[in-house]
Amino acid sequence: MSTEEIKERIEAGVPGARADVTGDGQHFRAEIASPAFSGLSRIQQHQLVNAVFGDELGDRIHALSLKTTTE
Amino acid sequence: MSVESDNPIRAAIAEAIAEHDVILFMKGTPEMPRCGFSARTVATLEALGAPFAAVDILPDPRIRQELSAISNWPTIPQLFKGGELVGGADIIAEMYETGELQETLGVESVPPEDQPDVPEATTPEGPPLQIDNRLP
Repeated sequence: MSTEEIKERIEAGVPGARADVTGDGQHFRAEIASPAFSGLSRIQQHQLVNAVFGDELGDRIHALSLKTTTE
Repeated sequence: MSVESDNPIRAAIAEAIAEHDVILFMKGTPEMPRCGFSARTVATLEALGAPFAAVDILPDPRIRQELSAISNWPTIPQLFKGGELVGGADIIAEMYETGELQETLGVESVPPEDQPDVPEATTPEGPPLQIDNRLP
């Protein structure tokens, strides 16, 4: 999976999200800003993003490291 | 027909989370972590002097499967405090840097400039929880 594909999936799956994604094809890091994170705990913010990928995490995507902000 | 009777592994995990105020599910043990993310999280907890129980998820793949089903969290490690998921390696590192982890775990907060670099993992006091002993 490409960083571009991860970025598109996140931005399509999380309302109002802007994502910066780096990675090597298996391990990725995404910095994501979305108003949808407002009022959520970090865990809940990450769960929102993780839900976009479901079972692909740990499978097609070996690791996705997240940093989420509301701005 | 309860979940407990259907699924002893899930019940054992839920019980472990309920019984231990701070519990870390990890790959390997605190003495010998088998994954960099688990090692880093153990080192962070030890740097704070936070007491914690630890469960090695590697002995049986069903442990991880059931844990992730309970927590809705796909990766290891997972740290729980008071029965609630606090986070995985990224969140723990971020919370450590901001001081939120100290607050969440109820350990004394260290001013940022005095915070030690996270050291190599050392042996914690007391034996870690061995979940394989808890399973039928």
